[in-house]
Amino acid sequence: MTTDTLPARYAPTEVVSHAEHEEKLMFGFWLYILSDCILFSGLFATYAVIGHNTAGGPSGYDLFDLRYALVETMLLLFSSISYGIAMIAMKGDKRAQTLFWLVVTALLGLGFVLMEFHEFHDMILAGNGPQRSGFLSAFFTLVGTHGAHVSFGLLWMVVMMIQVVRKGLTGPVQSRLLRLSLFWHFLDIVWIGVFSVVYLMGVAT
Amino acid sequence: MSTEHEHAEHGHGGHEISLRPYITGFVLAVVLTLIPFLMVMNNSASTTTLVVVIFSTAIVQILVHLRYFLHLRFTHEQRWDVFTFVFTAAIVLILVFGSIWIMFSLNHLLM
Repeated sequence: MTTDTLPARYAPTEVVSHAEHEEKLMFGFWLYILSDCILFSGLFATYAVIGHNTAGGPSGYDLFDLRYALVETMLLLFSSISYGIAMIAMKGDKRAQTLFWLVVTALLGLGFVLMEFHEFHDMILAGNGPQRSGFLSAFFTLVGTHGAHVSFGLLWMVVMMIQVVRKGLTGPVQSRLLRLSLFWHFLDIVWIGVFSVVYLMGVAT
Repeated sequence: MSTEHEHAEHGHGGHEISLRPYITGFVLAVVLTLIPFLMVMNNSASTTTLVVVIFSTAIVQILVHLRYFLHLRFTHEQRWDVFTFVFTAAIVLILVFGSIWIMFSLNHLLM
């Protein structure tokens, strides 16, 4: 029955243009991002409810170094810009430039993750780990989940760098880079919430 | 290639060709970050004022990110992106403020 073509039941039911297809991919990914926002909002809600339950232990005021948090914030902000530049290079079909700016973004993101890991490490060694109090449980969960997202984003970025080298800036590669762009900017947006609600509010109140 | 550029300004995020929105967004984001950070670090206002500043700069900076980095505008083409975002924001507000309200009410009523 079948020769070179797929059986009829596997045939696409409509013909979509390349751009329409990409729009659907982007919109689908946007919906995923929004669902991730709801995940984070649950963690923020938890932090809002038990963030002051310090169980006789240290509060944010005692633990947070705002200069450190400001450096972390700048690292992520700069990484958003560098990714934007990478996308401009990609749109201009400049493979080497795209790769360069992806590497810059990844290094800045890695700096952020290492700083955060260091902060967690010191807190845990001092006995202020997630099991110390409700505040610290909520802190490690919220900030840690964000850091985990950044780490997975970095992994994806490395995969994309390899794909850019091996396949070049093909349609699917560009499409994936655009979705990673959405992911990366979303993480910077969540971080705005984190540094405002956790670090700044923690020290100010 | 030309069809890609025809659609370059439509649809969702990442279809920008110039550097300008990124520069504008970056400058705004830095200012909106430094204001609350410096105010809190220097303890330069009452707690209430600081809280208001922190939240308002955060919200504005989020909007700056959405517009200048994610290119989310209130255009007819992007109406689904805008609509789904507003829906999510509503869910998030209900979740966060609802939780705070319920938990603090319970704490007040039961303790």
